[in-house]
Amino acid sequence: MNSFTLTQATAADEAVRDLTSHDGAAYLGGGTNLVDLMKYNLERPSHLTSLGMLPLADITGLPDGGLRLGALATNADTAWHPEVEKRYPLLSQTILAGATPQLRNAATNGGNLNQRTRCYYFYDLAAPCNKREPGTGCSALTGPNRVCGVLGTSDSCIATQPSDMCVALAALEAVVRVQGPDGERTIKFQDYHRLPGDQPEKDNTLKPGELVTAIDLPAEGYADHFVYLKLRDRSSYAFALVSVAVGLKMNGDTIEKARFALGGVAHKPWRDQAAEQLLEGQKPSPDLFRQVAAKVFAEAKGYGEGSLHNSFKIELGKRAIVRALKQATEMQYEVNPNAFLNSNP
Amino acid sequence: MSLHFTQEALDKTPPTIVPTQPVTLNVNGEDHTIQIAPWTSLLDALREYMDLTGTKKGCDHGQCGACTVLVDGKRINSCLALATVYQGKQIQTIEGLGSEDNLSPLQQAFVDHDAFQCGYCTPGQICSAQGLINEGRCKTEDEVREHLSGNLCRCGAYTNILSAVMEVLHDGQVVVDNGTLVTIPAQPSASSSVN
Repeated sequence: MNSFTLTQATAADEAVRDLTSHDGAAYLGGGTNLVDLMKYNLERPSHLTSLGMLPLADITGLPDGGLRLGALATNADTAWHPEVEKRYPLLSQTILAGATPQLRNAATNGGNLNQRTRCYYFYDLAAPCNKREPGTGCSALTGPNRVCGVLGTSDSCIATQPSDMCVALAALEAVVRVQGPDGERTIKFQDYHRLPGDQPEKDNTLKPGELVTAIDLPAEGYADHFVYLKLRDRSSYAFALVSVAVGLKMNGDTIEKARFALGGVAHKPWRDQAAEQLLEGQKPSPDLFRQVAAKVFAEAKGYGEGSLHNSFKIELGKRAIVRALKQATEMQYEVNPNAFLNSNP
Repeated sequence: MSLHFTQEALDKTPPTIVPTQPVTLNVNGEDHTIQIAPWTSLLDALREYMDLTGTKKGCDHGQCGACTVLVDGKRINSCLALATVYQGKQIQTIEGLGSEDNLSPLQQAFVDHDAFQCGYCTPGQICSAQGLINEGRCKTEDEVREHLSGNLCRCGAYTNILSAVMEVLHDGQVVVDNGTLVTIPAQPSASSSVN
């Protein structure tokens, strides 16, 4: 690890001032990703602005019926907060599907949004990587790329955003509150992370010096019909190959409102609003779900066949969507099970 | 695509001379004031500056759990924690859970169940299991397995680790898969076996 100075800020505006007054500074939340990256020499900040003393760890109700998650609340405290468990079980389950208890106890909500990719080549200092060092090339395009993306990729980068929590926040249409040198602003969750394009070194749309202060959840938490389906190489403590977070509002046997997002397939939690609309006003059926899945992956691009390469994610992703939608609709409303048994996968 | 040598990139950043600072950490109920740099991990502070070597360094990247300690009763990876920002917190290590003459229930259960071979992961396993019990979220074996997944055991003592934790979790009883509580007899202690 390189040497650095460290300030412990006690307020958000003080943190922003401290960070912007140092060249090459970074915010330190729980440190579970940043300190790890520093040990690999992937991040070499000359100064850390520690956020641990900021009063941003609360989870509080909002006047519109929503819930505000403080950026400094830990992932564990968020997942096990009574209001989150009761009204946003999708978020709770999604957080608990990621990392380990030790990491979730230290990792913060703001930090979860800003964690870097786990692409092999990003971590391999001897390999070209446009995200780590712009202009050096993308080793994943031709090398083993099982963990990489198939949607929204570019010739510069096919890395994925690794968070589970963010997949739920995308489906829940959360809003990110940030504070920077020019004051406060909000960012819709779907606009927070970005596609790689020709600037894969940029993971998100934060401006220099901006700090995440909170994540606001809308009132609708889809607590009656939700599922987080996470498919991975082992059943615990592994990043998603493909994951699907679904929240549905049912009216009898009709899908009134549908929101879903995918993890493990893109540089950001992947939402397809046109595909969501295909579900709304419809009755659940295998054909409908397959149509939705086909829509999501219509423009997907795989980067090689076999278990080392990621083309398998396209079919896996489609099947994951069908299964997740089936599970979410069946949580209370029982679809005729034979409809699924008799259909081709 | 040419191989990219990053040593060049590393050399671009001039070293910063950062003075060490006094930092007071409350560990196992006692204040320890040590003189450390900002990049000293809590793990290194415990082991190298306080001689509390029960906490182990395994991967040093938050993957193996050997460095698990409790902070305000919650388990964390001390290797990914910068010691400086843990001032004012109650830190508990394996040395603070019990003593040689008075083992904690988990420590005793690990002995009774022969829940270790080389013992390197054991302090982390026990601190993590204590955190799990403090959380009060797990009842079944499957739940305990999932919630101890942040602790790796290279020897593969998982079966007996699980037995030990289940015994303490249910105060001398274990849960079998159908949900029935069953008391199990303690196994011979590790010290009685001959290798």
